[in-house]
Amino acid sequence: MERHHFEDELKTLKNRLLEMGALVEDRVHRAVHSLIDRKAEEAEAIIAGDREVNELHIEIDDRCLKLLATQTPLAVDLRLITSAIKINSDLERIGDQAVNVAENVVKMLPQPTLKPLIDIPRMAEIAEKMTRDALDSFVKRDPELARDVLRRDDEVDQLKDQVFRELLTYMMADPGTIQRALALILISRNLERIADHATNIAEDVIFLVEAKDVRHHHLGEEKAQ
Amino acid sequence: MTVTETAAPDTGLRISTEVKVQSAADREVREPDIVIKDVNLSYGDNHVLHDISMDIEDRRATALIGPSGCGKSTLLRCLNRMNDLIDNVKITGSIMVKGLDVNAASTDVIEVRRRVGMVFQKSNPFPKSIYENVIYGLRIAGINDKATLDEACERSLRGAALWEEVKDRLQESGLGLSGGQMQRVCIARAIAVEPEVLLMDEPCSALDPIATLKIEELIYSLKEKYTIVIVTHNLQQAARVSDRTAFFWLGRLVEYAPTPDMFTKPKEKLTEDYITGRFG
Repeated sequence: MERHHFEDELKTLKNRLLEMGALVEDRVHRAVHSLIDRKAEEAEAIIAGDREVNELHIEIDDRCLKLLATQTPLAVDLRLITSAIKINSDLERIGDQAVNVAENVVKMLPQPTLKPLIDIPRMAEIAEKMTRDALDSFVKRDPELARDVLRRDDEVDQLKDQVFRELLTYMMADPGTIQRALALILISRNLERIADHATNIAEDVIFLVEAKDVRHHHLGEEKAQ
Repeated sequence: MTVTETAAPDTGLRISTEVKVQSAADREVREPDIVIKDVNLSYGDNHVLHDISMDIEDRRATALIGPSGCGKSTLLRCLNRMNDLIDNVKITGSIMVKGLDVNAASTDVIEVRRRVGMVFQKSNPFPKSIYENVIYGLRIAGINDKATLDEACERSLRGAALWEEVKDRLQESGLGLSGGQMQRVCIARAIAVEPEVLLMDEPCSALDPIATLKIEELIYSLKEKYTIVIVTHNLQQAARVSDRTAFFWLGRLVEYAPTPDMFTKPKEKLTEDYITGRFG
């Protein structure tokens, strides 16, 4: 038995989420590169606002609500739509974090480079790949890929702490570095939040595919449900 | 819409970085096929429809919902003069179907019923072969050319998503089919005379869930060609198949809205109470 109309609507919903994911990933990427390449205009462009992401955010929630009302989805269909609502929200927050990164970049660019950037670009690379893989796991309905995303979150957290410790020593040695150091610390927090949102998406995918709620568990102690 | 595409690194996903946003309700509004204006109907002293005015869009599905006795089936029957079959009926107001005044003295009621077909809750195939059932309307209109009838039969059965199931047994009795199949024979029979409007009065109430879903899928394709008005008790069905929904209560039209809006944010409290099952 096929519900062609409903299937088409679900396909459109998924495509919209992927479009949103792609837009948001792109913004994170550009925000980080505005820092690495020291390009204030790039950062300004991101701060200037993102109408498309905001409109997609609203449209996706609207689609989900109407699908819930008009199609009475059950089982995996129901989980798909509730996951879509949550993933939509996490993607929008990732987009906001990209803006936050850009704002912090703008604050520090007027002054000379504080230090070679190593850990922050590494964090960015991991966070971006986590986001991309989380969305991939959604498209491919692949819970193992989603679990792999969850495993990478620890490394991001460790890098964030490392960045903090290192910049703390700079600030203690020379108060003149405080503005730049704080901006970098804030950027590292933004990137860590992006990774967290990617793990939320991955957890939603595991729920979608396996009907298992793995939130608030460590991977090693996933309870049988 | 301009779309710039780049390949997202690693996944090779091609992404559009400029996207035209479509709202879920983004579709053209069409000319009304049926214009109902100030209709009042009484059975003797019993005033059952009060001041009904609504436009029904061309080639969309419009659902009429409401509790038992609210007048929805009565209104449906006004659209093809089926209320003529009841004694003591008095109707005022106007009902125009594609510019034809349904109730005018000069209007040919047979022509109305050809242009406005109907499918009932209890499917009523005639005690004839499937073939004769489907082409019945054409035969009594005087068409007897076999080629024409054969073509109409196939076209109609295909239109009713039944052709593949019955094409090798068209001479078998129409009564020997499953409930869902019989209902689709009735739909084929209705569309064989090429109506513009298809009225459906609780078409799935007597059917099992799978047959129901098949009819609902059929409605999606039928509405590409016909204007559909469907009376249903099943709110989920109304939500699934219709583009607009009209809610009736005690003979009055309470609310009439695009279906997604009706079921996510109805304007009237009465509508919301009915839809959420909160009647006392």
